[in-house]
Amino acid sequence: MAVGTLGAAPRPRVAPWNDPVVRGWAFQIVVVGLVGLLAWYLVTNTMTNLERQKIASGYHYLGREAGFEIGDSMIPYSPADTYARAILVGLINTLKVSILGIIMATILGTMIGVGRLSNNWLLAKICEWYVEAFRNVPLLLWLFLFYKLISEAFPGPRQAIGLFWHSVYLSNRGVYFPVPMGDPVYKWMGLAFLVGIAGAIALHRWARRRQDTTGQPFPSVSAGFGVALGLPILVWLLGGAPHHMSWPELKGFNFDGGSVIQPEFTALLAGLVLYTSAFVAEIVRSGILALHKGQSEAAMALGLSKGQAMRLVLLPQALRVIVPPMTSQYLNITKNSSLAIAIGYPDLVASINVTINQTGQAIENILIIMAAYLSVSLSISAFMNWYNKRIALRER
Amino acid sequence: MADMPIGERRHLAPPAVETGALGWTRKHLFSSWGNGITTVVLIGAIGWVLWWFLDWAVFTANFSATAGSECRGQGACWALIRDKFRLIFFGTYPYEQQWRPLFAMAAMLAMLVLSADRRMWNWRLAVIWGVGSFITFLLMFGQIHIPFTLLALVSLAVGAGGLALRKGIAQPQELNGYRALAAVGAAWLALRIVGLLPAWSIPIAPFDYVETSLWGGLPVTMILATYGLAFAFPYGVLLALGRRSNLPLIKSLCVGFIELIRGVPLISLLIMASVMLPLFLPSGVTIDKFLRAQVAVILFAGAYIAEIIRGGLQSLPKGQFEAADALGLNYVQKTSFIILPQALRVVIPPLINTFIGFFKDTSLVLIIGIFDFLGAANQALVDPAWAGYPGEVYLFAAFVYFCFCYSMSRYSKYLEVELNKGTRR
Repeated sequence: MAVGTLGAAPRPRVAPWNDPVVRGWAFQIVVVGLVGLLAWYLVTNTMTNLERQKIASGYHYLGREAGFEIGDSMIPYSPADTYARAILVGLINTLKVSILGIIMATILGTMIGVGRLSNNWLLAKICEWYVEAFRNVPLLLWLFLFYKLISEAFPGPRQAIGLFWHSVYLSNRGVYFPVPMGDPVYKWMGLAFLVGIAGAIALHRWARRRQDTTGQPFPSVSAGFGVALGLPILVWLLGGAPHHMSWPELKGFNFDGGSVIQPEFTALLAGLVLYTSAFVAEIVRSGILALHKGQSEAAMALGLSKGQAMRLVLLPQALRVIVPPMTSQYLNITKNSSLAIAIGYPDLVASINVTINQTGQAIENILIIMAAYLSVSLSISAFMNWYNKRIALRER
Repeated sequence: MADMPIGERRHLAPPAVETGALGWTRKHLFSSWGNGITTVVLIGAIGWVLWWFLDWAVFTANFSATAGSECRGQGACWALIRDKFRLIFFGTYPYEQQWRPLFAMAAMLAMLVLSADRRMWNWRLAVIWGVGSFITFLLMFGQIHIPFTLLALVSLAVGAGGLALRKGIAQPQELNGYRALAAVGAAWLALRIVGLLPAWSIPIAPFDYVETSLWGGLPVTMILATYGLAFAFPYGVLLALGRRSNLPLIKSLCVGFIELIRGVPLISLLIMASVMLPLFLPSGVTIDKFLRAQVAVILFAGAYIAEIIRGGLQSLPKGQFEAADALGLNYVQKTSFIILPQALRVVIPPLINTFIGFFKDTSLVLIIGIFDFLGAANQALVDPAWAGYPGEVYLFAAFVYFCFCYSMSRYSKYLEVELNKGTRR
C-alpha cells in the first residue's frame, strides 16, 4: 500500500468483496432473501393447507351470527349478535380489567413499596414478604386459587354472607351490592363532574401563572379537588337529592336488583392487582432509594415543609426513575389480563378462542388478537413516553 | 470530664436502652407514638392470622385420610397431597417408570446448580450442558436416535465458527483443522440433501419409549423454561446485535420482530403455535404439541432477552468498539472477544430475573393442553374422591414454585454484588 498521501486520505481502493459497504449490502440482501423465502414457503404451505381443509379465508365471518353467550358485558349483547360484536365485547372487558388493574396495582404497589422503607421494622418485613410471596409464584396459580376459593369456599346465594347491614352479599355467584336507581339527575352530575375537572385544570394553570409572575402560592390542588367533587354534589342537591337505591334481594335461587361483580372478574382483578403490585412496589422502592439523601436535606434547609419537599423536590426526581419500568408493568397487566381465558372470564382472547373453534379461521382471528394488543400496548407506551418526556430532566 | 486528658477518661457503656435487644426494639419498633401503635396493631393482626392459619394447616389438619369425605369439617386436607403427589410432580408419565423423570429432574437441577458456579463459566459449561441434556432427554424419552445429519451439522458449525473466531490468531494447522471439519460437515449435508446418503442414526435405547404427550408435571415446567431460555439466548444475542447494527434492513427486521413479540401476550403466541403452526407446514408433516409450545416459548423469550442484552450493549463505551477495530479484529472476533463478554457480564442478573419470569410463565402452556406442574396440579383436583380441596393443592404448588423462584432470585442478588465487586467503591 502506498504511504505518503496523508492529508487528503482518498478512499482506499479495495476489491468489491473486501469493501465494507458492498459486503454490508450483500449480507443484508442474503438475510432478507432468506427471510422472504421462509415467508413465501410458509404462505404457500398455508394456502394449500387451507384449500385442502376447505377453510374459508377473509373477514366475512365477522358479520355472521356469533351464537355464543358472554357472561359479562358492558354493552348490550346477545347470542344473536355478530362475531364482530362478540369480539368487541371481549375487547371492552380486556380494557376494563386492564384499566382498573393498572389503577389499583399502582396505588397498592406504591403503598407496599413505601411500606418496605418504613422505620417500623415489622411493617417493612411484612411488606418485603408480601413482595416475595406474590412475585415468586405464577400469576396463573393465583388466579386459579382465587377463583376456586370464591366459587367453592363462598356459600350459594341462599346462604350468602351479608355485609354492612345486609346491603352487600358475598356468594359463589359473585358480589352483590346496591346501586342508585336510574335518575336523570345522574346524567347532569356526570356532566358537572367533567366541567369540574376542566375548571380544576384551568384553576391550576392560573395558579401556576400567578405564582410564576408574583410569587404568590395558591392551594390549587385542594381547590381543584373541591371544584371537581363539589360541582356534582351541588347538582345532586339542586336536582332534589334523589336517593332511591336498588337493593339486592333474594328472589328464588338468585339475587334480584342491585348490581353484581362476577366471581371470574373478581378473581382476575384480584390476581392481577396483587401480583403486579409486588413488582410495582419494587419499582417504587428503587425509585425512592435512587434519590440522594442530600435532596431531602436541601429541601428542608430551604424551609419547605415535609409535604412540599415530597411534592416539589423528591417526587419529581423519583418519578424519572420510576416511570420507564412502570410503563412495562402497565403493559404487563394488559397482556396478563389475557390469562382470563383460564378461569373463564370473557376477555378478548376468550371471545376469539370461541370464534376460532366455531369458524376454524385461525389466521384471521390471531391477526385480530395481535392487532388489538399491539394497538393497546402502543397507545399505553405512547402515553407513558409522553408523560416521561414531560417529567424528564430538562438539560440546558 | 472534659478537662481530663484523653487517655484518662473513663469509658462509659452506652445507656442500656440504646443497645442490645431493648435498644433495637426501641429504635425499630417504638421510635414514636405512631410507630408504636403500628407495631401493636401489626402484632395483633399477625398473631390472629398466624393462629388461624396454624389451626387450619397443622392443628386440625388431616394427614391420613384415604378419601376427601373423611376430611369434612376439619382443617387442611394434606392427605390429598400425600395421595396425589406423584400425579402432581410427574403428571401422566407411566406410573412404574416415574423414577425416570425423577432422575431427569435431578440431572437438570445438578446442571443448573453447577452452571451457577462462576468457576464453571468456561469450556466446562458446554460439557455440563451437553452431558446434563443428554441424560435428561435419554431418561425422559427412554430412547434417543442421534442422526448422522445432526453430527454433520455440528461439525460444520464448529468448523465455520472456529474459522471466523480464530482467523488471523491461530496457527495455520489449527485453521486447517477447522477447514477440514467444515468441509466434512458440508459435504455430508450436501450428499444427504441430494439423497445419496441414507438417514443413518446412532440408536441409544436402554428404556421404553415414552412420547411427549405423556410427559407432565415439574419436569415439563423445568424443560420448557430451561431449554426455552437456552435456545432463546443465542437467538436473543443475534436479535440484539441486529438491532444495534448499522445495516438498515437487518435493523428494521430485528426491531419489527422484537416489538411485535413484546407487544402481544404469550397466550396469543401459544394459541398461534397450537392452531396455526400445523397450517404453516406442508401436509403430512406434524410437530408434536410439546415441541410447538417449546418453539413458542423460545420465540417469545428471544425478544425479551434481546432487549436485556441491548441494555448491556448500550452500557459499553464507544471506545471499546473503536479499540477492537483498531486492533484489526473482524466483526465476529470483535463481538465475541471484546463486546459480548463485557456486555453479558452486566446483564447476567436481569437475565436470571427473566429466567424466573419464564419459569413462572411456562404455566400458561396448560391452556393449550400440556400438563406442566400447574396443569398436573389441576388434574389432581379433578378426582371426585378428593373434590373440594383446591386450596391445599394450590398452596402446595405455590410453595414448590416459590422454592425455585426465591432461590433463583437470591442467587441473582448475590451475583449482582459479586459481579460488581470490581467497580464498587
